[in-house]
Amino acid sequence: MLHVDVSKQLGQFLLEASFKSEGRVTGLFGASGAGKTSLINMIAGLVRPDRGTISIDGDTLDDTAAHIHVPAYRRRIGYVFQDARLFPHLSVTDNLNYGRRMNRLADDPPQRKRVVELLDIGHLLERRPGQLSGGERQRVAFGRTLLSKPRLLLLDEPLGALDEGRKLEILPYLVRLRDEAGIPMVYVSHDAAELRQLATQIVMLRSGHITAFGGVKVLTGAPSDAIPGRE
Amino acid sequence: MFDISPTEWTAIELSLRVATVATLVATPIGIGVAWLLARRDFWGKSLVDALIYLPLVLPPVVTGYLLLLTFGRRGLVGAWLADHLGIVFAFRWTGAALACGVMSFPLLVRPMRLSIEAVDRKLEQAAATLGAAPWRVFLTVTLPLALPGVLAGMVLGFAKAIGEFGATITFVSNIPGETQTISSAIYSLTQTPDGDAAALRLVVVSIVLATAALVASELFARRATRRLHGN
Repeated sequence: MLHVDVSKQLGQFLLEASFKSEGRVTGLFGASGAGKTSLINMIAGLVRPDRGTISIDGDTLDDTAAHIHVPAYRRRIGYVFQDARLFPHLSVTDNLNYGRRMNRLADDPPQRKRVVELLDIGHLLERRPGQLSGGERQRVAFGRTLLSKPRLLLLDEPLGALDEGRKLEILPYLVRLRDEAGIPMVYVSHDAAELRQLATQIVMLRSGHITAFGGVKVLTGAPSDAIPGRE
Repeated sequence: MFDISPTEWTAIELSLRVATVATLVATPIGIGVAWLLARRDFWGKSLVDALIYLPLVLPPVVTGYLLLLTFGRRGLVGAWLADHLGIVFAFRWTGAALACGVMSFPLLVRPMRLSIEAVDRKLEQAAATLGAAPWRVFLTVTLPLALPGVLAGMVLGFAKAIGEFGATITFVSNIPGETQTISSAIYSLTQTPDGDAAALRLVVVSIVLATAALVASELFARRATRRLHGN
């Protein structure tokens, strides 16, 4: 269970968010500039909150009052970025193995086979990221993060940089990921339709504040294909 | 005309040894300093920055004299090193290497710093979320991606070290077989009657060495770029 209660001043704008998520996929919904990325950067440990606490399953990751800040590399929280961020100097195979090597995990060929099949990237293993399409790159990024065996998966608009066709190509993989990988996820999006398909719980963020929290039905009213207005 | 005499060979060999040792010792220090300047903010950063570039703008004779005062047999550091570690710089080839290392340091650091600055920090963040501690992020992501700049810095530093004259002759004088490099040998020959032919031979040798260094750096850079960006 992820427990977040943080505040952070971002320029002229105060991000204040407090929520508990128990669902398999928590959708973080809001317009661009609502503070979604800052919030998950704090969960990942890339940004420090000014005040507050973050914990997973009772394990404290941030507690500003007690001066606790677990660095990103010790959190075991996977992060899939909008822009894939594959390492350009490494082959797809080496990108996939990176997290396992850095966490000094034992080689797990069955898991690797499962992930490679799940994402359908077996034919890409010898290539360099520069030789992949946007959709392929994003699939490899999912695989790389899954193989580091995270206890929580953060996905920051993972389809945001892709066109409609590519989105439809990736969505089924994400549904399988949710149903088969068994890792809780926080899924950031400004697309209500995407979240209806994937999320089991919604946190709605607007100008740095949580305006609604609950099942996917809180998305009703938010037009499925329009972006909610920015204040 | 092109019979290189034993004295001239000694000067060539000594120049190569001095420049190689200076570059090899300066490289790890240069990489560390380049990383600090590119990636860290600390108190006195602009002072460190200025100090590094000082040898580039000071008259070489001033740098040489300062080295003599500091690392000479009676110098503050020189006396201590001689008494405690038995390391002597004054009037030795090691002193020539020190002078060349100091004089070439700004040229060596600059491309390294620029190439580290050019590495996308987002990739370093991605590596951290995959479990890489900061030093492993540096070794597996930052350094390989900055490699072309590191090699360029080494070649530039080497070329500068092989041609260094003013600081070297001030610090360790011009002793054939010990501190007489190609540059100081040419200088001596121009002061000797009938030295022209020998001086010209060494001039040709230094042109060949400098050209070879430039070609090598171009090849390294091209190969490194190819290795990094696919294919």
